[in-house]
Amino acid sequence: MSDNKDMMPLWEVFVRSKNGLSHTHAGSVHATDAEMALQNARDIYTRRAEGVSIWVVPSAEITASDPSSKGEMFEPSGTKIYRHPTFYDIPEEVGHM
Amino acid sequence: MAAELEIVSREALFDLALRLGDTSLVLGHRLSEWAGHGPLLEEDIALSNLGLDLIGQARSFLSYAGEVEGKGRDEDKLAFFRNAPEYKNLLMVELPKGDFAFTMVRQLLFSAFHLPLFRRMINSTDTTIAAIAAKAEKEMSYHLRHSSQWVVRMGDGTEESHARCQKAVDDLWPYTGEVFEVDNNARELIEAGIWVDPEYLRDEWNGTLDAVLNEATLKKPESGWMQSGGISGTHSEHLGHLLAEMQSVQRAYPGLKW
Repeated sequence: MSDNKDMMPLWEVFVRSKNGLSHTHAGSVHATDAEMALQNARDIYTRRAEGVSIWVVPSAEITASDPSSKGEMFEPSGTKIYRHPTFYDIPEEVGHM
Repeated sequence: MAAELEIVSREALFDLALRLGDTSLVLGHRLSEWAGHGPLLEEDIALSNLGLDLIGQARSFLSYAGEVEGKGRDEDKLAFFRNAPEYKNLLMVELPKGDFAFTMVRQLLFSAFHLPLFRRMINSTDTTIAAIAAKAEKEMSYHLRHSSQWVVRMGDGTEESHARCQKAVDDLWPYTGEVFEVDNNARELIEAGIWVDPEYLRDEWNGTLDAVLNEATLKKPESGWMQSGGISGTHSEHLGHLLAEMQSVQRAYPGLKW
């Protein structure tokens, strides 16, 4: 369907697997509009009971970070292990967290 | 089930379960013929999903039919070892899948009737029929939504998609009368509260179609002469070909499982 790119733009699909969790990216679909994108997403990404809610977003509307600026964006956090909450002793009574 | 059989004949209940089961099975098979041939990948999968909903309904209805009949036939025996004259499906569903417009218009005409039908059958005095209807109702609701969207897109689309859609509506229209047919068996079940008098569904069916066809800029044909015969086993030549393909594996290797 490469000649349909303009009529059938790409949409990113986010599915929430159950109440209380957040929507996560599942993949993408082609569709002419939001309603068709929702139905296509439902038919492709929730046919094995994967979800209770779907978001669709035009792929063109997504602003992504630039892979070439990976260094400045993400490396600084790599050495700051003290930001992980793993330096506490958890009382036994609290149980598994 | 035993309670119902005291007030209605086994034959009537068997007949209804076959009518509903066969109709779902044959339409499900027609939709499955799109697998690998859909107009785009997303719709290819959507059509298979619709087909699988219907085959699931068929399985429930035919399994119940076998139970009511009480001769040891399960859903597979009923699906794969009956010939066309023993099938009770509506004629509308056995017509070849045609083009995408034909398939979607048929799905619209079918689900616009079967959604309110199943919705009312949830209150059936037969608990098995009521339970199957409760599950099928949600499926029909989605089929109606999906097919309506496509009929509106195509009807109110290009000159060609409009023409194909209108032709599908005109060609299918004479097959819509059959959903309202009530024979003696059906009358018996309606009086026992097991089934729904289809006449009560006519207004809602018309209302749904008027809204969708109007938005799609399509004309609803005048009600004229209507095809008849499916529910009494008099079918078009298309059903035999469909069954020959659908039943070929079980006929060649009876009882085969995978």
